[in-house]
Amino acid sequence: MSETRWIGKAVKRVEDARLLTGRGTYIDDHPPLANIWHAAIVRSPHAHARILGYDTAAALMMEGVGGVITGADVARHTKPFSVGVTAPVHYYCAATDRVRFVGEPVAVVVARNRYLAEDAAEVVQVRYDPLPVVLDPERALESDAPVLHEAVGSNLAGHRRLVYGDPDRAFREADVVLDERFSFPKYGSTPIETYGVIAKWDPLDGLCTVWSNFMGPFIMHPLTARVLGLPENKLRFIVPPDIGGSFGIKSSIYPYIALIALAAMRTGVPVKWIEDRREHLLASSSGTDRVAYREVAAKKDGTILGMRFRWLDNVGGYIRSPEPGCSFRPTGNFVGPYRFQHLEVDASVVMTNKSLTGPNRGYACGHLYFETEGIMDRLADRLGLDPVEIRRRNLVQPDQFPYRTPTGGLYDSGDYPAALDRALELARYDELRREQAKARAAGRYFGIGLALAVDPSVSNMGYVATALDPQFRAKPEYLPKSGAVDSATIKIDPLGRVIAILSTTPQGQGHQTVVSQIVADELGLVPQEVTVVDEMDTFTRVWSISSGTYSSRFGSVGTSAVALAARKLKAKLVEYAAHLMDLPAESLEFRDGAVRPRGGKGPAYSVKDLAGRAHWNTESLPEGMEPALQATAVFGFTVAKAVDAQDRVNSSNTYGFIAEVMAVEVDPDTAAIKILRYVTVHDAGTIINPMIAEGQIYGGALHGLGGALYEELQYDDDGQLLTGTFMDYLVPTASEAPTIDIAHIVSPSPLTPLGSKGLGESSSMTAPAVIANAVSDALAPLGIKINDLPMTPTKLWTIIERARSRERSSDATSRAANIERAETGDRSRVASGAAHESGDRSRLAPISGHPRNKPA
Amino acid sequence: MKPPKFEYHAPRTVDEALALLGRYGGDAKVLAGGQSLMPLLNFRLARPAALVDLNRIPSLAFIEESGGGVRLGAMTRQRTIEFSPVIAQRVPLLKEATRWVGHLPIRTRGTVGGSIAHADPSAEYPAVLTALEGEVVARGAKGERVIKAADLFQTYLTTNLTPDEILTEVRLPAMAAGTGYALEEFARRHGDFAIIGIAAVVVRDGQRCKTARLATAGAGPVPVRLRAAEEILERDGLGEAAIDAAARKATELVDPDSDIHGSADYRRHLTGVLTKRALVRAMGVARG
Repeated sequence: MSETRWIGKAVKRVEDARLLTGRGTYIDDHPPLANIWHAAIVRSPHAHARILGYDTAAALMMEGVGGVITGADVARHTKPFSVGVTAPVHYYCAATDRVRFVGEPVAVVVARNRYLAEDAAEVVQVRYDPLPVVLDPERALESDAPVLHEAVGSNLAGHRRLVYGDPDRAFREADVVLDERFSFPKYGSTPIETYGVIAKWDPLDGLCTVWSNFMGPFIMHPLTARVLGLPENKLRFIVPPDIGGSFGIKSSIYPYIALIALAAMRTGVPVKWIEDRREHLLASSSGTDRVAYREVAAKKDGTILGMRFRWLDNVGGYIRSPEPGCSFRPTGNFVGPYRFQHLEVDASVVMTNKSLTGPNRGYACGHLYFETEGIMDRLADRLGLDPVEIRRRNLVQPDQFPYRTPTGGLYDSGDYPAALDRALELARYDELRREQAKARAAGRYFGIGLALAVDPSVSNMGYVATALDPQFRAKPEYLPKSGAVDSATIKIDPLGRVIAILSTTPQGQGHQTVVSQIVADELGLVPQEVTVVDEMDTFTRVWSISSGTYSSRFGSVGTSAVALAARKLKAKLVEYAAHLMDLPAESLEFRDGAVRPRGGKGPAYSVKDLAGRAHWNTESLPEGMEPALQATAVFGFTVAKAVDAQDRVNSSNTYGFIAEVMAVEVDPDTAAIKILRYVTVHDAGTIINPMIAEGQIYGGALHGLGGALYEELQYDDDGQLLTGTFMDYLVPTASEAPTIDIAHIVSPSPLTPLGSKGLGESSSMTAPAVIANAVSDALAPLGIKINDLPMTPTKLWTIIERARSRERSSDATSRAANIERAETGDRSRVASGAAHESGDRSRLAPISGHPRNKPA
Repeated sequence: MKPPKFEYHAPRTVDEALALLGRYGGDAKVLAGGQSLMPLLNFRLARPAALVDLNRIPSLAFIEESGGGVRLGAMTRQRTIEFSPVIAQRVPLLKEATRWVGHLPIRTRGTVGGSIAHADPSAEYPAVLTALEGEVVARGAKGERVIKAADLFQTYLTTNLTPDEILTEVRLPAMAAGTGYALEEFARRHGDFAIIGIAAVVVRDGQRCKTARLATAGAGPVPVRLRAAEEILERDGLGEAAIDAAARKATELVDPDSDIHGSADYRRHLTGVLTKRALVRAMGVARG
């Protein structure tokens, strides 16, 4: 058993000194080579238009311009990217024949500096023939809607109906059936550092080197090589030491890697492109906006028998891999923490004239739990049960682990009731309910919300095939997909110093700190003695298709590779020491940084001593032992299997749990929502660094609250982005951050050497649900239920005002009748009224952004 | 997001600055704190031939008591105003408004003259200038003129300053001791421009209201002085009924636009809610 002196400690982050003093090395600081030219991207001003032609002559004449690449070059010299569906969507790194969203790249100008490049980009003429625009995923599927991709024939990129168990029977046998419509907004992560790419082409070697803040998954490396027509071992991806945040968004940088690489190849100079904020909001990546129709079937006692999900996920103008992960990434945890066995999922992936989507912290789980936890509350309300009670009656029980979900997920460990109890205790739930009763009596709008979620980490890349029909997957030429692996190398130098080399791409998660803790524990050192190197490089690091830092992998798979590499090395040290001492290895142990005889008697060999001998005198090694003190371990989950013929897949590898309670008060006069209490309890197995874990939870919660209250990529009817600056796309700041009470339950994963699970996405997937439920509870006296996010003040006030004026206009008798109606099912009509607020908003949209953005 | 080419000048005196403006014949922009102009340049929404930077003209940054009022040099930083004892004592409404202006780095650069000349109708300083019936001093080739708040703001981001004029000074009448005041604002996040802001000033005489001043931020193309609501208070005093009546009246006096942060109806409604809150708080502060 390893000692754990450092694991579990809030060790200060070794990264912070350099980052806080401005000494980080981000892509824009990265000086990999001299004579770099700069790119500006010409982007479509139209949401939908045919491209009739380009005129680049004026731009080419301008001072300092080295070349212009247009869609015509893209069509001639690159291939479209592979997409995750069978529909013939031709997605190139820039528009070739048509533009399908505002901001889509149509040309690239390469110039001596960015200023000159932008000057020239302004005079590149692209002739367009505008086409009708469609933005709403439901409208996009109507037969007379404009079609974006003629080859596809409709806007449906993909559709799957997944059936688990016997949902029809569950609904037949139910005492209660409820249905609700939900809509979830399109929002991103807006990392402080935007995308950045530097590409260099060596024509003599046929080698393309790309520096970028790409985060993985590294499946995108072979995809990009194919697009550029390069063998994989002639395309080198290098990631700088620091990345300024990503939250999933930077996994979608790869089309820009291809575009800038093409610019370097065509112009013959190294080309650098740093995305500006405007470009980032217009055309990087976001989660999908989704319309969801949910049904639940339950017994009178609250036992859920089954559910039906019908989803329309809006992936924008093209379907870009790893979409349609928006629908299928949570397959294994579709049922969340509940025991029901019967489920039908009808998932449509729809293309419209909005920007493209991809992984965004919590990848589709924010959507999933907003809907599930919303309908759980409605069910509780219908059955007259407390929201806690309805959940408690349906939770997976501690003795059921490892728990196989009907959709193929394998929940590795947990104690969901204990985590829920801890959250209720911390929130002083009963006291909150008493406060609520008092507040309501005084005419105040005080509400309490709950949200529970299974927190999946380390996606099994096999889930992506759920998007394909089982018949397609059954073809002999189809190759099944599965896996979640990561590697680490640990070296000991001649003086006993340790270097750990990772193949991860940290974006602020503190990998150097965490790895130094793990290695220190394994080798009996202090963390300061361990130097940790990331700086992913596809030419020098051990990597595979699923490598990268996404899907909360590091805390689970990355740390496992590190622990295993350290143990391999430790075993070698013990074997070497045994040889030196002429004792059987079994009689020795590794303790306090030295190999010693078990029982403590006799000489010990410190790591430093062994290292010196091993490096300086290879003759001293036992016969057959490989020289040099280093070990590489590649850890892979054996539970990551391909999707089966019944569409079951263990879509992630470790599964944590989240239980949240929030209390809010809504000011009916301003529609301001005040968060009075926010408790979040997490079970992510062994916590390696509680300070970093807390930071992730805080950030995740705030990100989720951003989606619930502030953030939305909004478009007007013509498909123009209305939230193209940080003045209009509102991101919560420290001033908006509530106090959050965080606690942990620890159910170590049996699947990882350290018992740890991922935690990076955490409360981003529960915050939208918990605050929507809290606000719904606060406004319950008005018959308001929140089914539509974000809850902007105008939207919320409009609903409140409507409800209050209804209340004002009716006398006592009719008020009583109203309440009765609301209780007997008219509530769904009230709720869909709330949902329709999004319609009101789009009517406001043409009035456009803030006047201050107009030229003076 | 790089600005197109422009020439840059950093004159040392106002006269030099005026000469430069004259030379460009309306095609130069005056740079003060840069908190609005620089984004406009980077978005290429403003394309002046030249910038005339006032940051190196020391004589434009001052706060002075003079007669019955306070004079502020146009280049006085918002951060200076926030901590000025003169402002705290003589124009406390301006101090209160300043904490609503952006965030610390913005206030550190942003200037009183820049904010007023930029004339964003949802900014706080134009509302304060309007509520206090302040004035600005403009200098041009033809000399100096004094412009009353009521005449200054024309529409969104537009004042009646001519392109060859520079706003050099802001003059605010001192608030008499015991004057009640409040600035109530609603924004989606702290530091954002107001969805609605209300500046209120009341001078009490027992239950009577000798003077009431109400001005808006965010309720239309220019700051709106809510004169008819003020009159209700001056006539009926500061009782609950009068405040309610004034708040109701306020909603009738504004004609806000909709944008993605707030619909016209919501803004109109907030105008009433915040007028009442501002008046209640102002009355609490007022003595007399």
